[in-house]
Amino acid sequence: MIIHQLSVFLENKSGRLTEVLNALGSENIRITALSVADTSEFGILRMIVSDPQKARDILKNRQFAVNLTDVISIMAPSEAKYYAMVLKILSDLEISIEYTYAFSVGEKSVIILRSSNTDEAIKALKAHEMELIKASDLYKI
Amino acid sequence: MEIWNRHFECMERDELKKVQSERLRETIERVYYNVPFYRNKMQAAGLGPESIRTTDDLHKLPFTTKQDLRDNYPFGLFAVPMSEIVRVHASSGTTGKPTVVGYTRRDISTWSEVMARTLTCAGADRNDFIHIAYGYGLFTGGLGLHYGGEKIGASVIPVSGGNTIRQLQLLVDFGGTVLACTPSYALFLSEAIEEAKINRDDLKLRVGVFGAEPWTENMRREIEEKLRIKAIDIYGLSEVIGPGVASECLIQDGLHISEDHFYPEIIDPNTLEVLPEGKTGELVFTTITKEGLPLIRYRTRDLTRLRYERCRCGRTTVRMEKCLGRSDDMLIIRGVNLFPSQVESVLLEMSEIKPHYLLVVDRVNNLDTLELQVEVDEAFFQDKISQLQTLRQKIQTNLESTLGLGIKVNLVEPKTIERSEGKAKRVIDKRKL
Ligand SMILES: [Zn+2]
Repeated sequence: MIIHQLSVFLENKSGRLTEVLNALGSENIRITALSVADTSEFGILRMIVSDPQKARDILKNRQFAVNLTDVISIMAPSEAKYYAMVLKILSDLEISIEYTYAFSVGEKSVIILRSSNTDEAIKALKAHEMELIKASDLYKI
Repeated sequence: MEIWNRHFECMERDELKKVQSERLRETIERVYYNVPFYRNKMQAAGLGPESIRTTDDLHKLPFTTKQDLRDNYPFGLFAVPMSEIVRVHASSGTTGKPTVVGYTRRDISTWSEVMARTLTCAGADRNDFIHIAYGYGLFTGGLGLHYGGEKIGASVIPVSGGNTIRQLQLLVDFGGTVLACTPSYALFLSEAIEEAKINRDDLKLRVGVFGAEPWTENMRREIEEKLRIKAIDIYGLSEVIGPGVASECLIQDGLHISEDHFYPEIIDPNTLEVLPEGKTGELVFTTITKEGLPLIRYRTRDLTRLRYERCRCGRTTVRMEKCLGRSDDMLIIRGVNLFPSQVESVLLEMSEIKPHYLLVVDRVNNLDTLELQVEVDEAFFQDKISQLQTLRQKIQTNLESTLGLGIKVNLVEPKTIERSEGKAKRVIDKRKL
């Protein structure tokens, strides 16, 4: 149930994102989801990729600062209320959300989130019969 | 612990003073009669050769500066006919002309002698393999170490600078036991060894003799830890002779100056007064045996202090403290004196980062701005913006409290700050442009 998300430190400099994507593309790494969190000086690029370990090594060899982070992925209908429901389940248990992003696949959406307590979050979401996605399935999307 | 030249390195201080005074008299006589520059200056000050009887009289003489060497470029200050000169070196001029130095046959022999003392100070002997990664050529580093290494009978490997891949291969294949290079290159090599996944047990390195640029105690610790060697600080400048002017012994508590050849003083760089023992100021040298280019009260621009008590190693020669920056490197930011080495010390105290940094000074609306770029350490990076912002804030706070200056810290990607294979470039001062 735990997804390994690839996080990359990026300076806010033009061309860096392209470089990352080209590096992964040339090694046939597929990217399922991508999000960038940035400040005025630097950013963190977060990606769900087809082979996280390999992708990390590729970027490491190119001197990027990279990290694999545990996140959770939930499949829900593409409606705001379902997203809100997920967040509420966690906030009711005082599990804080570090960040979240989502993308849609057909009628449904995939929600990626990093919480302060991954194991507890998974337990809670399962108890509410939320559809958690396995890593192997997510990487295939 | 071996001592190369017990007679001079362990001489009683009053006896040493007699030797120094006698050599000083000879030097003054020579420059007065052979170098118009010195004669004119002495005459202008109402001094003749007879005015200088002992080292106590030295303070009467005017100073010599790097500018004097440039003004007399290339050979104007040489004290012997060119037929007596067997070697010329030059230091890279970052601004203007290079400084040119000339050696007679005896000077080369003196240089080998003081370098032999330096290497012996570091515990090297005839059984060692000395891997010299200092540049050969006009720069004095390579050849200075080379002659000293041969003098003690060690096996000298004259690799010269650059070409890191080849350096690593030769270190492994030839089994160098003593590494000679700049401290920043030593750090660079340690990273390269790590990256090349070379097993430390395949290296025979035992000790390093590092100089030609200022470095901090923290940098020493890092080098010693990473390369698993003892890192010895050596000091010299081409104008005085090159490396070999002073060296730490294995006790690593100050650098022994070869005082029977180079007479040191510490002055206040502003008032130019000689400072008493123990006070920090600018180091000034008078060469008392050199023939080709004798220097009288040469201002080195290096800041240090001197200690005259006998060292536990048995040497009686005066020790200078590790130089922490040249006064030339000193930046004046909004009226505050700043040495890049201070920044480095602060960064080295923080485990979250590596000391790969670049200071960028600029002037915006008539106000000096100071920016520090520092690389994010791969091992430290996690997925959180807040973690990076906290780190940035921490670096900023630590620096501001140490330097007394506001500074903007920018985190940059790993390996994006240029690694130098020679002297590290740590500062870009855009104000001068
Ligand atoms: Zn000693």
